[in-house]
Amino acid sequence: MKKNRVVTLGLAAVLALGTVNGAATVLADDTVEITNVSYDPTRELYEQYNKIFQEHWKEETGQDVEITQSHGGSGKQALEVANGLEADVVTLALEYDVKAVQDAGLIEDGWVDEFPLDSSPYTSTIVFLVRKGNPKNIQDWGDLVKEDVGIITPNPKTSGGARWNYLAAWAYADKEFDGDEEKIKDYIQKLYENVLVLDSGARGATTSFVENGQGDVLLAWENEAFLSIRDYPDDYEIITPSISILAQPSVAVVDEVVDDRGTREVATEYLNYLYSDEAQRIEGDNFYRPSNEEILKEYADVFDLELELVTIDDFGGWDEAQEVHFADGGVFDQIYEK
Amino acid sequence: MEKRREDSGPFKWLLIGISVLFLVIMLVVPLITVITEALRKGWEFYKEAILDEYTVKAFWLTVEATVLALLCNSVFGLFAAWALTRYHFKGKKVLTTLIDIPVTVSPIIAGLIYILTFGKQSPLYPLLKAWDIKIVFAVPGIVLATIFVTFPFVSRELIPVLEAQGTDEEEAAALMGANGLTIFRKVTFPHIKWAFLYGVVLCTARAMGEFGAVSVLSGHLRGKTNTLPLHIEILFNEFQYVPAFAVSSILVLMAVIILILRSIVEYLGKKEI
Amino acid sequence: MKKAKKRVIPGFGISMGVTVAILSVVVLIPLASLAVFTAELGWKDFIETVTRARVLSSFYVSFITALVASAINAVMGLILAWVLVRYEFPGKRIMDGMIELPFALPTAVAGIALTSLTADSGFIGAFFARFGIKIAYTRIGITVALVFIGIPFVVRAVQPVLEKLDGAYEEAAMVLGASPATIFRRVIFPELFPALLTGTGLAFGRCIGEYGSVVFIAGNKPYYTEIAPLMIMSELQEYDYASASAIALVMLAASFLILFLINFVQARNNRLLKGGNA
Repeated sequence: MKKNRVVTLGLAAVLALGTVNGAATVLADDTVEITNVSYDPTRELYEQYNKIFQEHWKEETGQDVEITQSHGGSGKQALEVANGLEADVVTLALEYDVKAVQDAGLIEDGWVDEFPLDSSPYTSTIVFLVRKGNPKNIQDWGDLVKEDVGIITPNPKTSGGARWNYLAAWAYADKEFDGDEEKIKDYIQKLYENVLVLDSGARGATTSFVENGQGDVLLAWENEAFLSIRDYPDDYEIITPSISILAQPSVAVVDEVVDDRGTREVATEYLNYLYSDEAQRIEGDNFYRPSNEEILKEYADVFDLELELVTIDDFGGWDEAQEVHFADGGVFDQIYEK
Repeated sequence: MEKRREDSGPFKWLLIGISVLFLVIMLVVPLITVITEALRKGWEFYKEAILDEYTVKAFWLTVEATVLALLCNSVFGLFAAWALTRYHFKGKKVLTTLIDIPVTVSPIIAGLIYILTFGKQSPLYPLLKAWDIKIVFAVPGIVLATIFVTFPFVSRELIPVLEAQGTDEEEAAALMGANGLTIFRKVTFPHIKWAFLYGVVLCTARAMGEFGAVSVLSGHLRGKTNTLPLHIEILFNEFQYVPAFAVSSILVLMAVIILILRSIVEYLGKKEI
Repeated sequence: MKKAKKRVIPGFGISMGVTVAILSVVVLIPLASLAVFTAELGWKDFIETVTRARVLSSFYVSFITALVASAINAVMGLILAWVLVRYEFPGKRIMDGMIELPFALPTAVAGIALTSLTADSGFIGAFFARFGIKIAYTRIGITVALVFIGIPFVVRAVQPVLEKLDGAYEEAAMVLGASPATIFRRVIFPELFPALLTGTGLAFGRCIGEYGSVVFIAGNKPYYTEIAPLMIMSELQEYDYASASAIALVMLAASFLILFLINFVQARNNRLLKGGNA
């Protein structure tokens, strides 16, 4: 019978943990707690930003604010919020992922217009990372389909970032072949035939390229490419192609959660303050392109501001791009089935 | 243990040689890789990485989840192995199979099923919400996932031994009027204690290292629901290659400590006999 | 319920009760929700989802690599258990202690470490590259990762049984003049077989669902090194729970079948061993 008691104790312990955990969010009056669910490469950015926001909020209201961060693959993070991960704000890699949270009924319509510039306080783009000296002489998208070039890019079906890579390549081909769909698909197919490793996420792809020495070129987010250069300045260089895509990470307040927890005010200000001059410079320092044109110009020596950028609207928005290219049986599946 | 006649000569050393080679290539070299990567930037850097506030929190959460999972699975394992080997009943094979299922379920599916059962889309969710019980994206979810992936480890170790043992001794004891608990303590347990120990060690090791299922259920709230393996994943995804390996080395170290403890217990125990 | 047989040993009720209760909460109820979510699809869509060429080939890749890895593990596991139980040699304790280490290492770390070792720039990969063999980013790489994941299952299943094995039969056979090979085949192996089968079966099941370590080493090329759990992940990324559950359900059914077969063979084997007098 002793065993019985152990079982009961064990189960009670599990349940007790649940309640204690639930109760832990109740804090003193002068402290407020929010959770920011974000994607992988933004950790340093938000670590720095959270500090200045804490000061800012203290000045404004006298309250201390505690910010819990969560990072992971953008799509997975969206899914978790939709499934009950209590995030006051989401700061994800694509509008499509925030829309998934909206579709779960947690965010109200019109969030895209809640903050300036489609709720994208900072942007990025897709560039090439090549080995020092650029031995294969890769200058533009056209060079990627040469026979002896090995490409590393994650799988667009499992990685949000990889969808930007794919669409940027498509944008190039669209311009090059003047919209001839057969030729564009042919180009995309050749490009993916040159892909050596189709990792499931951006970080895995960077590891294959940087740590394991696979391939000649990594299709990467601009900010991630800069991080690799910072860590290994003698081994790699960044090539900016003639055309790329404006990657717009999206931010939103999760309405249901903030209403439930009474944190709407601080959550809204948290995202708003991302547009302040001070925050914009932190974004620039972390190799994101500040959305404020004035501040972006301060970083003209870092970013190639002449680069021609298409946007997701050129693809008819995320819903259409998703449907046409990445859904089951879409173009991406077709090029592998030919 | 009784003294066994040992065959010696080339065959013995051939087998030992194969074993050593296999273990070196499959286990030792990867582990050395982990350690050397961890120390690539020197001791100071290593110390900083493992004493980081969030690493320490993740460490305690891992310990908590492992201990709770171990508790639950040991209780379950003993009862299940007893029930399955000491009685005849219909559906025994199905029950055995069901107990094994968690090992063969992809960790991703394991996480997914708890999300479906306790998450926002579940019919149970309003109920849990009303009672303010959080399971998914909180510590209980992590504990559940850990229990799930290590579920059959204890029972699986016990069943073959109990089966090989047969039921004669217990039946004799029962006929002499001993109650269940006494039979278990005096007759059964001495036979299975080493198997039980194997099971516990296996369970502990696996529980500490579980990644996939916990990853789906945790929500990755830093300092709150990050276990060591998740913390490693996050460090890795944040381009912190060396700290990721430094934290991995803590897990290796924990495993080594547990395995040494087991050897000591085993050694003392066998000396007694 | 009628009692089929008189049960001599007490405690049936409580041990069955606890077993079934915990089993239900931890395993059965959650698994049932998988079936519920799959049911949203309807039969036709279900078939269509799980018979897409890419999905089928991912099943094939998962199956074949798990099979090869389990075969290797069965042989190596048996040798390891044998060496650990039957022989005395320096360093045996250390060797014994190492067996569980693959468990403690998070699968992702194992995957990353194995990949960096077996990529053609790595320590082991460079050696094999000289013979034109690529390990990382091929099916061989997947198999290597799975061997790493699966080995403790076999060793720890066989070891306790081998330890319990009564030496008397062996000695009798020896006295009767049987060769060591015959003794092993006729006397020892039949005793070990059920445990070996269980261990290998568990290893196989674990391998078929393994994700964390494999994604890093596989390269994930469609039709070549794309594994079934990865297909589930890509469905989840598209917020398609029903399709993900459908693929998961097929994998689940497969592992259930394998386990069931193993348990069946084992039960039959037990009856044979005990001369029908169980």
